[in-house]
Amino acid sequence: MSLRAAALLLADGRFPAGGHAHSGGVEAAVARGRVGDLDDLVAFLRGRLATAGLVDAALAATTCHRAGGAGVLPWGELVAEADARQPSPALRASARVQGRALLRVGRRAWPGPILDELACAGPDGTPHSVVLGACAAAAGLRPGDAAAIAAHQAVAGPASAAVRLLGFDPLAVAAALADLADDVDRVAADAARTAGGSAADLPCGSALLLELGAEDHAAWEVRLFAS
Amino acid sequence: MRAGALRAGAAVVARLGPDGVTRLEVLRSSPPLGLRQAAGSLWMVGTAAGPLPGDRVTLRIDVGAGAAVTVRSTAATVALGRSGSARSELLVEAAVGAHGQLRWLPEPTVATAGCHHRGLARVSLAAGARLVWRDELVLGRHGEGPGRLTSRIDVESDGSAVLRQELRLGPGAPGWEGPAVTGGAGAVGMVVVFDPGHPPTTATCLGPECATLPLAAGGVLISAVAPGASELRRRLDAGMVAGEVAGGVEGGPVRHSPELSDHGGEPARR
Repeated sequence: MSLRAAALLLADGRFPAGGHAHSGGVEAAVARGRVGDLDDLVAFLRGRLATAGLVDAALAATTCHRAGGAGVLPWGELVAEADARQPSPALRASARVQGRALLRVGRRAWPGPILDELACAGPDGTPHSVVLGACAAAAGLRPGDAAAIAAHQAVAGPASAAVRLLGFDPLAVAAALADLADDVDRVAADAARTAGGSAADLPCGSALLLELGAEDHAAWEVRLFAS
Repeated sequence: MRAGALRAGAAVVARLGPDGVTRLEVLRSSPPLGLRQAAGSLWMVGTAAGPLPGDRVTLRIDVGAGAAVTVRSTAATVALGRSGSARSELLVEAAVGAHGQLRWLPEPTVATAGCHHRGLARVSLAAGARLVWRDELVLGRHGEGPGRLTSRIDVESDGSAVLRQELRLGPGAPGWEGPAVTGGAGAVGMVVVFDPGHPPTTATCLGPECATLPLAAGGVLISAVAPGASELRRRLDAGMVAGEVAGGVEGGPVRHSPELSDHGGEPARR
């Protein structure tokens, strides 16, 4: 599988989709004393990757697969399946904020019917994972690419947030992410395998403390990250 | 398959009688899962140890239109095994007809060291049907870590997804003890309440380890982690009160519903 420039662009933290404003739950975990050192961060990332990361990667891959095919897309079904996997209202809202930001830049970057239809279909906003899969399809990428980008972002975003929150050595965090690379690949491959199947059967792993922490975090008056 | 591993199927069919009382038309069970009717509830009774490695138990619950069933258990389910042993499984498939009601309120599942257990629940609700579903997982007995435990629930209402959630805990589940999943908690649990007649609730945090989470498709999930089983129950109960859905367990908003009759429906054993 060769690397595609469009995939690198979508995965890049500097792509103007607003990802830097979200900590992926790290800020709440730091405040509660659950993440204090690098070992805690790695355990956090492992759990996040295996749960929310796999779910997002599978949704992105499935959306990409369907958007790349012919016919009208059942956006409503994909959004409903994404929402059924996220009990936290704060995290559903955050996924929509990030989805909206990604859709905005995605429509400029890869204009065409896929993202236009998605924009019309989701007036209340569409979760980031579904938008990511649609952007990947619009950019001519494959479901496996969409899954890999989602899995990468599931750990890369929170890791960079942790550097800002706790002043970790960025080199040490980069090394930790490199150690996780095989796990990220495995999750992406698992997610890509689900892409052709029924949306109801997609993974639905729960990151309990992320869900509980997000509601807590959303109520704070002062915070560095939006989620 | 382990020599002596059990394959068991249990079934409940409940229908609303013309007198407004729910009767059990079918009540069938075999070891290790017994079903008994008492005090307005259906009780799951362990009639053999376990689940032990390789045991496969399927429970089908069919609640007819307007009927009401409450399922409880007399004791915790203790999943046993030794590291490397075959997986045990409990599959519950429940269908609730229009304006029917199912309350699933068993005692916790205890994942002992070395166990390899999977709990699966598939709940299908027709229009207007109500559900209260509690699932509590205790991660090991006193002083031990848990074996491998997976618990997945799928709830659909009128053909649409309401909740799909899976917990993978214990050895082999990456990061399960870490600060994104259980954070070293000794027990985790949830109650999902779906009542189309109930006004929407708002999200409430009861400290950092318990919250009521309104679901996108209606209904509410009370989710909690705790050091142990009794504190977990306290937190879930507090969450039910905060979410104003406690009546779903104790009778409030559903009091007008017919209770299970202690007299109707002779248990039909096969």
